[in-house]
Amino acid sequence: MVKWLPLAFTPILGDKMADLGCSIAGIESINPFWLASAPPTDKQYNVERAFAAGWGGVVWKTLGEDPPVVNVSSRYGVHKDTARGILGINNIELISDRPLDLNLREIEAVRKNYPDRIIIGSMMAPVEEELWKSLAIKIAGSGVHGIELNLGCPHGMCERGMGSAIGQVPQMVEDTTRWVREVVGDLPVFTKLTPNTTDILLPAEAALAGGADAVALINTVNSIIGVDLDQMAPTPVLDGKGTHGGYCGSAVKPIALHMVAEIARNGVTKDLDISAIGGITTWRDAAEFIALGANALQVCTAAMLYGFRIIEDLNDGLSDFMDAKGYKSIEDFRGRAIPNTVNWNDLNMNYDLKAKIDQDKCIECGRCHIACEDTSHQAITMQANEKGGRDFTVVDAECVGCNLCQHVCPVPDCITMMPQENGLPYLTWPEHPKNVLKAVE
Amino acid sequence: MGEHPVVSKTGGALSAEDIAANFDDLHPPLNAEQVSVEASRCLFCHDAPCVTACPTSIDIPKFIRQIATGNLTGSARTILSANIMGGTCARACPTEILCEQKCVLNTGEDNPIEIGALQRHAVDHLMAKNHLHPFARANKSGKTIAIIGAGPAGLACAHALAIKGHTVKIFEARKKPGGLNEYGLAAYKMANDFAAREVEFILGVGGIEIEYDQALGHDIRLEDLRLDFDAVFLGIGLGQPRTLGIEGENLDGVQDALQFIEKIRQADDLMQVETGQNVVVIGGGNTAIDAAIQAKRLGAGHVSLVYRRGRAQMGATQWEQDLAAINGVSIHLWSKPIRIEGKGKGKGKVQSITFESTRLHAGKLVGTGQMHTAPADCVLKAVGQNLVDDTLCALKRDGGKLMVDEAGQTSLPGVFAGGDCIASGEDLTVQAVEDGKVAAAGIHTYLGGQNG
Repeated sequence: MVKWLPLAFTPILGDKMADLGCSIAGIESINPFWLASAPPTDKQYNVERAFAAGWGGVVWKTLGEDPPVVNVSSRYGVHKDTARGILGINNIELISDRPLDLNLREIEAVRKNYPDRIIIGSMMAPVEEELWKSLAIKIAGSGVHGIELNLGCPHGMCERGMGSAIGQVPQMVEDTTRWVREVVGDLPVFTKLTPNTTDILLPAEAALAGGADAVALINTVNSIIGVDLDQMAPTPVLDGKGTHGGYCGSAVKPIALHMVAEIARNGVTKDLDISAIGGITTWRDAAEFIALGANALQVCTAAMLYGFRIIEDLNDGLSDFMDAKGYKSIEDFRGRAIPNTVNWNDLNMNYDLKAKIDQDKCIECGRCHIACEDTSHQAITMQANEKGGRDFTVVDAECVGCNLCQHVCPVPDCITMMPQENGLPYLTWPEHPKNVLKAVE
Repeated sequence: MGEHPVVSKTGGALSAEDIAANFDDLHPPLNAEQVSVEASRCLFCHDAPCVTACPTSIDIPKFIRQIATGNLTGSARTILSANIMGGTCARACPTEILCEQKCVLNTGEDNPIEIGALQRHAVDHLMAKNHLHPFARANKSGKTIAIIGAGPAGLACAHALAIKGHTVKIFEARKKPGGLNEYGLAAYKMANDFAAREVEFILGVGGIEIEYDQALGHDIRLEDLRLDFDAVFLGIGLGQPRTLGIEGENLDGVQDALQFIEKIRQADDLMQVETGQNVVVIGGGNTAIDAAIQAKRLGAGHVSLVYRRGRAQMGATQWEQDLAAINGVSIHLWSKPIRIEGKGKGKGKVQSITFESTRLHAGKLVGTGQMHTAPADCVLKAVGQNLVDDTLCALKRDGGKLMVDEAGQTSLPGVFAGGDCIASGEDLTVQAVEDGKVAAAGIHTYLGGQNG
């Protein structure tokens, strides 16, 4: 009897040219994708599943001195769109609630089982030199590739003087970084920063002054994810009460991109290695962070929502992108967007865009028209046509090139923003004739 | 039940359970997840084409957005404020030629929003809550209006007038309200006695009284009503099924499709509704399709739908034609009935029916002379209805129907009309509701009120 075998296509490896290996703080990783310090990296079982799935490294869930913390029941809230997409998670979980020694023994075991994967030990302690130093020594002894200082948790731990309570005070950032730096020898030190601060450069510079090899950012954004309108309490609701927690997931990616870029383009911090964190969900997100200077990446929420298997497309998509662009290594395109990330004052005031609607693709929903008509510049007209439909037309004289119509249009590539040839030179605001301060000069 | 019928698994007759399943909801209500996904697909178009396509102009993007935001009661209010029979229309409207046909996602995704199913979700939510009627009545005007016919037009008119504070008395010829919603729509579109539940909901506004067994021309007279009430609304439908005008039309086993549907709709036991081994339905409209499918779903043997013209001329929508095919109805085109034969000479039980092939010649339908005879033990006629003629001689006509002006007023001052008895749009519930609404506004103005 003929038995039909399922057809399987083995990728021709020769097609994949890009090397996904990356280097951060002197650590070489098979790919830039590490799991961030969080529930997915709480214990050996999860971490080994992640490594089996293909993750390059993990930052073990933050360790403290015994006795371990006690966590509460109900720990997550989510922010959804109107369908079923989760835009972000808010968590009120604390650091590892398991004994320190158990965690360290498990780290040792995973190091043996997966010698080619990276494990960073995350830690936190009250602001006392001896506490930081003794804990760092213990964790270093388990064979980790580096130590990450958790100076970012915006809930729970900060009420005990740890987490963001330290990360929000640059002097404390510098002190804790130095304390760890002094006792772990050559082991790389990552200082993890909180975004709950007005200027990310202050803690970043403090970390550098304290001797950090790299900064990791962002930690979660302080938030109340929602209010249960029946119980009249913030969610997640625990026995009638709720509290603020740490917001993460794709919704915080724009905040993280900005903070990473600020550090990458700042004269003082630009040479700090960056382990970028913040809503990385797809290979495209990953490429964007690398383009803004990230040496390696940390992922948490996307894995929590979909499981570890997402690593497959993170690797595959990033690799294909690099091949398509001719980048042979991460370093080939790392930081390429930094020179183009400028202050508003450095933008070209003479650049002129006009929206153009592809009438063949238009499905006549009218979204562009009403967005422009109600909230912008009345630059898209709506007129009945002979076929019983409506024509939407851009009035070039009114269009300021704001892009709103393009964004609200549901059809891919239906509205294009067309640069106008006006023959005018690059002109910044400081040089602009309408700039009153310039006129005074 | 779904669009696919339960068929015999043994070749034997359908069981009572099979038939019950066949007459359950054709389209079961969407579940919460389906509603969420579907509502979130809506683009919230500006000046949306779907709204323009609805005879009652329901603000569809608004009600769908209200579903998406979890404001189901508000969504139902949006629907019902434009169409108090939003529940029936959600079930029975040929949305494929109305709102859903105009949905821009037909172009964008080759798949429109399921507007009808979402509308049903919202309205069912409100009706199931069984709370206070969503609309309040204005202070009593002291005016009284007589409405003839408790069908969709009459009920919609009555509801709108009641809200304006008027007092309404409906005279209904039959024993139940609802008109064709109660007697004429396919049972699987109106499962679980929805027509009756909807009427009860509409009457919940207050100020509307219905008197049954009151046929115009027999029990009541228009002249009297004009004297006794401040205004009159005629929502009498058509009521007179057209005949084929051929030999054998009165044989046992030949009946009007509407009569057949009525038997199904009013049956206590569907097993008792007779069909046949060879059912022939004559006509090309939605009633013909409804009758054919229901015959099949009752367990009839062969069901043929025979239409004298082609598919392009059929009144039934493409979707209805496809549904008939799924249900095992064979459609025969370009054939007109010539005579119906019985056992014995022109008497007794129908036995066969003879058709002549037809074609279009210079724009006119002509017979080709070619005859064919099909066995038939049940013939259902669905060739339309005429306005019952003898009671309203005083009113001007427009193509066999009552003539009305923009406010719904007939040629007699103070006498308004709407629904199938006037020449407005298609003969659909949704059009009848709109007619009732328009006439209610016209009556309100006629009585000295301000609309708006």
